[in-house]
Amino acid sequence: MKFAIIQFPGSNCDQDCLRAINGLDGLSAEYVWHKATSLAGFDAIVLPGGFAYGDYLRCGAIARFSPIMNEVVRAAKEGRLVLGTCNGFQVLCEAGLLPGALVRNRGLRFVCDMVRLRIEVPDSAFTHRCPQGTILRMPIAHGEGCYFADGNTLRELNANGQVVMRYCDGTGATSPESNPNGSIENIAGICNREGNVFGLMPHPDRACDARLGSADGARIFLSMAETILAERAKAAA
Amino acid sequence: MKAKVVVMPKVAVLDPQGAAVREAMQHLGMREVKNVRIGKYLEIDLERDGADVEARLHKLCRDLLSNPVIEDYQLVKE
Repeated sequence: MKFAIIQFPGSNCDQDCLRAINGLDGLSAEYVWHKATSLAGFDAIVLPGGFAYGDYLRCGAIARFSPIMNEVVRAAKEGRLVLGTCNGFQVLCEAGLLPGALVRNRGLRFVCDMVRLRIEVPDSAFTHRCPQGTILRMPIAHGEGCYFADGNTLRELNANGQVVMRYCDGTGATSPESNPNGSIENIAGICNREGNVFGLMPHPDRACDARLGSADGARIFLSMAETILAERAKAAA
Repeated sequence: MKAKVVVMPKVAVLDPQGAAVREAMQHLGMREVKNVRIGKYLEIDLERDGADVEARLHKLCRDLLSNPVIEDYQLVKE
């Protein structure tokens, strides 16, 4: 199963993603430069963290116009799995593949920390085997991770089960204290209406080895693999 | 010709930078300051004007220079 990792000028979690994915049984990852014009042969696409184009103008604002993004949009519309972590989430929002936007952290500080995330949907293509209420631990590292959406968008996200995870405390409560960046309703990750595009500010790529503090991030990649296998089985039947 | 674009965060969007600057101004004795909002200002030099330049600039203001989810823009051509 092949994952594409898109490299923009300024991406800096591409190696983390490659290593994390290649370390999982049955999964392999390859870099795809942002000027490439094909994603043929890839089962899933990952937009990694970093500072694409130096975050100039707005995070993700220029990266969304990279040539490869036409193919990412096409793949998303075809139903292929697209994951955006951190800066990748910002790019997906700028590209209009996910609703809302990410703005400067409420506290103005770059936050680098381990956070807890409560899974909000019983099953998603990216969170199989994580029942609703599951708490995952993953690191965050961002200055502009405060999720914003207007009232209507927020209502739709909630009504359609698109809020995949929220920042929470040890008991699973989504308190203001457990919100690291001021995100509206403690939102940490959302998916599109169809459920095949997922963006989150935390780093599953940096949480794939218990020796480094958490292996919960691996569950995201393994879940994607499981979804792809299920799709293949469905197509073959 | 020149085009000038001002991009501002929408009122509903939190502007913590603006709030920090407001507090600093008040701290420095400017008690009259009620609110500060921080945006971006872009000056764009263009080689020539044309019938569709303004429409194309507006399109780029919406697509690239601002994010309509969180920002409003004003475009002035000179």
